[in-house]
Amino acid sequence: MNGPLLVVLALAIPSLGAAGIALTGPLPQRREGVTLASAVLLALVVVRLAAGVFTGARPEVELFEIMPAFPIALKLEPLGMLFALVASLLWIVNSIYSIGYMRSNHEPRQTSFYVCFAVAIASTLGIAFAGNLLTLFLFYEVLTLSTYPLVAHHGDAQARRGARTYLTVLLFTSIIFFLPAILWTGALSGTLDFRPGGILAGRAGPLATAALLALYVFGIGKAALMPFHRWLPSAMVAPTPVSALLHAVAVVKAGVFTVLKVVVYVFGPQHLLETGASTWLVYVASFSLLAASIVALTRQNLKARLAYSTVSQLAYVVLGAALASPLALVGAAMHIVMHAAGKITLFFCAGAIYTAHHKTEINQLDGIGRRMPFTMAAFFVAALSVIGLPPLGGAWSKLYLALGGLEGGHGFVLAVLMSSTLLNVAYLMPIVGRAFFPLHPRTRGDGSPEGIAEAPKLCVIPLGITAALCVVLFFLAGDLEAMLSELFQAAPPVPLAQGGG
Amino acid sequence: MIIANLPALQVVVPLVAAPLCAIFRAGHRPWRITLAASWAAFACAVALMRRVLDEGTVSYMLGGWEAPLGIEYRIDTLNAFVLLVVTGVGAVIVPYAKRSVESEIQPDRRGWFYTMFLLCLAGLLGVTITGDAFNIFVFLEISSLSSYVLIALGRDRRALVASYQYLIMGTIGATFIVIGIGLLWTMTGTLNLADLASRVRTMEGAPSVLSALAFLTVGISLKLALFPLHLWLPNAYASAPSTASAFLAGTATKVAIYLFFRFFFTVFGGENFVSKTPIPEMFLVLSLCAMFVAATVAVFQEDVKRMLAYSSVAQIGYITLGISLGTQTALAGSIVHLLNHAIMKAGLFLLVGCMVFRVRGFRVEDLAGIGHRMPLTMGAFTLLGLSMLGVPGTVGFVSKWYLGVAAADLGQWWLVGFIMLSSLITMLYMGRIVEVAYFRVPSGAAATATEAPAGLLVPGLVLAGASLWFGLDTSFSLGLANRAAAALVAGVF
Repeated sequence: MNGPLLVVLALAIPSLGAAGIALTGPLPQRREGVTLASAVLLALVVVRLAAGVFTGARPEVELFEIMPAFPIALKLEPLGMLFALVASLLWIVNSIYSIGYMRSNHEPRQTSFYVCFAVAIASTLGIAFAGNLLTLFLFYEVLTLSTYPLVAHHGDAQARRGARTYLTVLLFTSIIFFLPAILWTGALSGTLDFRPGGILAGRAGPLATAALLALYVFGIGKAALMPFHRWLPSAMVAPTPVSALLHAVAVVKAGVFTVLKVVVYVFGPQHLLETGASTWLVYVASFSLLAASIVALTRQNLKARLAYSTVSQLAYVVLGAALASPLALVGAAMHIVMHAAGKITLFFCAGAIYTAHHKTEINQLDGIGRRMPFTMAAFFVAALSVIGLPPLGGAWSKLYLALGGLEGGHGFVLAVLMSSTLLNVAYLMPIVGRAFFPLHPRTRGDGSPEGIAEAPKLCVIPLGITAALCVVLFFLAGDLEAMLSELFQAAPPVPLAQGGG
Repeated sequence: MIIANLPALQVVVPLVAAPLCAIFRAGHRPWRITLAASWAAFACAVALMRRVLDEGTVSYMLGGWEAPLGIEYRIDTLNAFVLLVVTGVGAVIVPYAKRSVESEIQPDRRGWFYTMFLLCLAGLLGVTITGDAFNIFVFLEISSLSSYVLIALGRDRRALVASYQYLIMGTIGATFIVIGIGLLWTMTGTLNLADLASRVRTMEGAPSVLSALAFLTVGISLKLALFPLHLWLPNAYASAPSTASAFLAGTATKVAIYLFFRFFFTVFGGENFVSKTPIPEMFLVLSLCAMFVAATVAVFQEDVKRMLAYSSVAQIGYITLGISLGTQTALAGSIVHLLNHAIMKAGLFLLVGCMVFRVRGFRVEDLAGIGHRMPLTMGAFTLLGLSMLGVPGTVGFVSKWYLGVAAADLGQWWLVGFIMLSSLITMLYMGRIVEVAYFRVPSGAAATATEAPAGLLVPGLVLAGASLWFGLDTSFSLGLANRAAAALVAGVF
């Protein structure tokens, strides 16, 4: 099969999957079968596409012209391919987990849950494959709208309030900042296509570039850069599978991915470095990075703490984009992958704890490690990866970002990253500590320790897989860099990570 | 024969069908006649559009009397487009009318309803197609008088007050228009629009010509409910029968806006109008007021139809905003929004009509939980609501994009900001309905409601589908709008 057909297929599979789920809704077995089948098929198609893209193929499709000279077009490139790969592979794992979680917790309206989920995945792929800003914007908005019912899933007052904040912030930023930024870009350069080296070089002065960059980074609300991060903690009212795949991977990563894509293919890193227009963003991202970590420390609800941790980790990617030096960009792109594996595991664990013991607050977790040793071990591994310790994936992206900071002459970035790492330790490790070494071990009536009580297998297996992925990614860093190096052509010829590092 | 006389048929078919409805008032016959006439009118409009695209401007001398003494029907891309919009909305609405009219209007009045509906359609088509200024006035009155009756046939006695209010305002508007046309006639000695255009340009800046422009502007503004002359509209749309609200919202104001295009750009000359009169600045301010004030008022409405009516006033603001900018891109945005808004608002009124058919109430509260009981209706309503908000992939986005680009080309970045901000208010009032419909527990009539019969539901779904279709494939709508805008800016007729 040829490239363009596969590209269309990659969008069509989850969309048709959504229709199939809606039709088979009354039969849970079949409905979940359709979900899994679409996830697997999609992953096969995306892997097939990736094999082509990483060897130099650049399939493109023009679907139709929405306005003269502004078509809806898809065009693959390594950055988007990597993002699509992450989203589609994790969708399989997450689907298994969803089935376990939704069944065990007897969640209502499961059919609409799976339908919206599939639509969200389709729009995520649309964002990853978008060939121009207009196409990206289209799928960006569809992603916001299709995830709104998922956030409001429980339908109670809290869910409605959270969902309203979610929708308002994301739509507000996209309409007030993102859309005008696209209009401005079109007015300056006459095109909205993503092109290597950017389309604004030589067309926008330093001041205009800096203003435009501000419109983009704040307009792309999904990147959750402070002060437009409130929607992410609000989204945590959703069922945990949603928080795991969408609000740790697909939606938020769509945000930072868009920032990265805009920096690389619209501004052009060279243009940003020459004008120095992104220097301010280095400081803003650093602030967001540290401030969110500090807020995370104060949150006692497990999912809320993880949400603020995500806000902080997203700022890493924005920081990399702001630094705009080749190493920083490689680090930012890698961080999308590394953080995805780590954070989805952490959310899976939070969901598993809720499913097995209905605990949501951190101070309820004393001794949970004895009862759920496997889950908490996975939590430990993922936490280490998010902190950035070898031999886990998270180590590489932080290293690249730090080197990128030095390369760009922003030495203080090193200090920011180090303090953030310490903060990560401070808000993640006490959870592990409490779980395994409680001050007051809980016992049964006769004094013997409580037995093992893990969540259902369908919940535990997925989190085992993603935790293992954190380790595997550590050894794949070299390959990742090789995939991305073509993208950042100014990258130094000697790769830092060879094979096993 | 038929092809040659298409322009006359366009008006004559509904005009002749109207008295037929009045004669054969029994049973379903008036509806059948209306259905046949409105679809025939749509077919005429399609055929006319094809002719205009093939041959350029079509000129037709009524009764064979040569212009400028005789009445000329003159059709270029712009009015062929408006004819298509008006007849298209009519063709979609008439199938809906059957069940809706049966449930809302007493049996002995149904025949008259269809008579007035067809007269209104004929009047609107006449205003659009004619190339004669006085003829415009005559047809405008035909459409206005029949729409007063349509509104008075509404559900309760408030409809009479609303209709009377509209009658007063509409008549004042008509008076202003006829004074404006009279002044033009005394100055130039002609009523033919093309002829007027060439003569007016030779008497630039003459006080009488400027006062004619002023009278026309106020008169037409009243007819299209430009802020702050919009007060008749919310009452009228809220009280009218569902069919009439949807039809008028989709067509009547659009035709009045067409008159602005015709008089401002064709008669007074595109460039001159923008640079030599204060109207663009005035319109800019009034449009922004409409976009913000009327939209904010919409947020606080308890009656769903009133909310949609205020939203219409706000949306008309977008169209007049395009007129005030006056560039080709801006005008194309305005013209395409004529179609887009007709699709969205007619669709929303039809779908609200479906809900009202089941729950028998107009208040936002009555729709609590309706999303679970009438999923197709509410799904389509949500889609159209998103389109109003300007979500990409829908028609609303196309209009907003064009207006945004036009403002950006002129370097008016603050205006881009205002256009974007105004869609947030749209989000507030549309979002309110959607939230009530999906997140409240159904109560009262809503708890047992089921989807409306297909005859009511399908037209609404068709319009919701159209909002997606023309949002993704704009080659038809934008292609024509750009052609029409280019002709307007050049002052060619």
